[in-house]
Amino acid sequence: MRKFLMTAAAAALALGAASASAEAAMDKVKACWTYIGPIGDFGWSYQHHQGLEAVKKEFGDKVETVYVENVLEADSEKTFERLAREGCNLIFGTSFGYMEPMLKVAAKFPDVKFEHATGYKTAPNLGTYNAKFHEGRYVIGQIAAKVSKTGKAGYIVSVPIPEVISGINAFMLGAQSVNPDFKVEIIWINSWFDPGKEADAAKVLLSKGADIMVQHTDSTAPLQEAEKVGAQGFGQASDMIKFAPKAQLTAIVDDWAPHYIKSVKAVMDGTWTSGQYWGGMNDGEVAMAAYTNMPEDVAKMATETAEAIKTGKLHPFTGPITRQDGTVVGEAGKPLSDGDILGMNWYVKGIDDKLPQ
Amino acid sequence: MRLVLEKRPEASAAMAIASPLIALALTVVTGGIIFALRGNNPVDAIYVYFIEPWVALWSVEQIIVKAAPLVLIGAGLSVCYLANVWNIGAEGQFTMGAVLGGAIPVLFPEWQSPLTLITMLALGIIGGMAWGAIPALLRNRFNANEILTSLMLVYVAQLFLDWLVRGPWRDPMGFNFPKSITFSNWQLLPYLTSGIHLGVIFAIIAAVALALLLGRTMKGFEIRVAGQSPRAARFAGFSQKWTVLFCFLLSGGLAGLAGVSEIASVVGQLQPQISPGYGFAAIIVAFLGRLNPIGVILAGVLLALSYIGGEAAQISLGVSEKIARVFQGVLLFYILACDTLILYRIRWQQRLPSAQGA
Repeated sequence: MRKFLMTAAAAALALGAASASAEAAMDKVKACWTYIGPIGDFGWSYQHHQGLEAVKKEFGDKVETVYVENVLEADSEKTFERLAREGCNLIFGTSFGYMEPMLKVAAKFPDVKFEHATGYKTAPNLGTYNAKFHEGRYVIGQIAAKVSKTGKAGYIVSVPIPEVISGINAFMLGAQSVNPDFKVEIIWINSWFDPGKEADAAKVLLSKGADIMVQHTDSTAPLQEAEKVGAQGFGQASDMIKFAPKAQLTAIVDDWAPHYIKSVKAVMDGTWTSGQYWGGMNDGEVAMAAYTNMPEDVAKMATETAEAIKTGKLHPFTGPITRQDGTVVGEAGKPLSDGDILGMNWYVKGIDDKLPQ
Repeated sequence: MRLVLEKRPEASAAMAIASPLIALALTVVTGGIIFALRGNNPVDAIYVYFIEPWVALWSVEQIIVKAAPLVLIGAGLSVCYLANVWNIGAEGQFTMGAVLGGAIPVLFPEWQSPLTLITMLALGIIGGMAWGAIPALLRNRFNANEILTSLMLVYVAQLFLDWLVRGPWRDPMGFNFPKSITFSNWQLLPYLTSGIHLGVIFAIIAAVALALLLGRTMKGFEIRVAGQSPRAARFAGFSQKWTVLFCFLLSGGLAGLAGVSEIASVVGQLQPQISPGYGFAAIIVAFLGRLNPIGVILAGVLLALSYIGGEAAQISLGVSEKIARVFQGVLLFYILACDTLILYRIRWQQRLPSAQGA
């Protein structure tokens, strides 16, 4: 039965049928968010909260919004259960670690819709959504290679999951398209938000000859360290120009608003279906902040690259790609499949680092 | 003229019991003022925070489940603190209990029998006891301060778990995310109702058993004497070293049991973070419960309520989650203040007393 339902849902999705499900439209939707960090992190959770604000603005009093911040992964099941019991129609979980708790609670409340950011498990009432961050990483790779005087970037990363690894690879491929000898030094800090650790890592990288800071962690600390010593870098998840007015070249901005508005609308119309959504620059989910503190020709190149990615003319992972171990993947002129990118667990050639095992 | 605290000749026994209640009442009043300043209706807010979590059965179950690890750890710590043994590292013993107990489902995922769960629980207790034994032995052998050693071992345990789930114990199908496989069937505690698992029973049994131990047995007497008058304990022939070891093994074992119970119920797998700081919150619970295992049950429920009510207030009123922390802080402040006023009274002193050596 469940299998049948999922097949039906998939078919509805494929046909783009507007209201395949028998669910009634709603006059008012209660949409609820859970954040892993504080909304004041000015990075990941902040951006999701901007999405909530956009939903409020779009639907006015037809929507009621609720959020819970600093929800610990280990302890999140009771939070999701409380939200479901308190009448939320649609619940967003914005951290990977919420996957198992959300699966459990979704099974208990079949009438409530759940959406989980960055996960890979789904259920009839639990969908996933994520963004193609690697598209932005390709653009900043090109900028880094153009702007850097030392030819070396420092890259602070959290956890070796595919999203992070594909980000490093896309950055490197972008950089190599400008300077084939570009170097990157990587520090894993095993945390998504730890300003102290991030600042320490930045200091080490800057003292070892990197003059560009790249981060896949959520605080503004690395960029602020770069600002202090006159180096440059890129904002993460959110436009961080306020924190580093001289250092920020641009930022990869996660704009969750379009997706959130779409999902709330679907629940309102009774057309919501479970699925796996992966939006990129083309969908407005990944955007570049203003190009600042760089020569005009570099800004022009970046604008053109971003435009090419948006229109689909350029794909960051276009084959053939040589991996670190020398093997080649991808067919010439064709992009890697989404599955290959979503499961990426190897480095491209030219990265002088070993993946943590 | 200045204020001095003067020791009362005799502390009132009735007030000792009333003090937490007075503190709670003062917290509620202060909370109301805070909410009023934020622009919320204080009566509504207090209702959402303190009363509403008790109205629905599922919410009561959440409170009880949240209280279970706090009571389990807090009861053991009470015994320690009564004996003047300062185990601050219950969080680490909790973690090692989870690691050792979690080893079974991670290393033998196919083994499914009632014995699986029993082995996990036994290993959890052993893990906590072994981790607790280290500061005890260091104190007995080298006279090392157990406050420092037990606290530092918390970080060692957490980093060890961190390393395990990022490396050797990572779920091979989990896309490199730092999580173990998820546990199933006999690797999980049975649930008594839809929300309450067996760990709650462990907590109640432990608290009652420790109350009997302290009140009715020679060992309990030894512990009290060791705490109140180490010299008298020595004269009576009670071994201080044995008391230290006993307390650490007991509280460590219970913390370990709490650890393995959490991962075998609420969490359902091993991951870098498995506790919102139960081992530290349990220190508060122990003192809030007057170092009495039965009092610890009430204190555990109260602290659990402050978490659950805080979340309810976030959802219903849109207040910041920091409010819950503020409430916990205010509550502790009033408890300590009330306790102080039971033992001491405030008096205005007219002129400075002559200098006295301590």
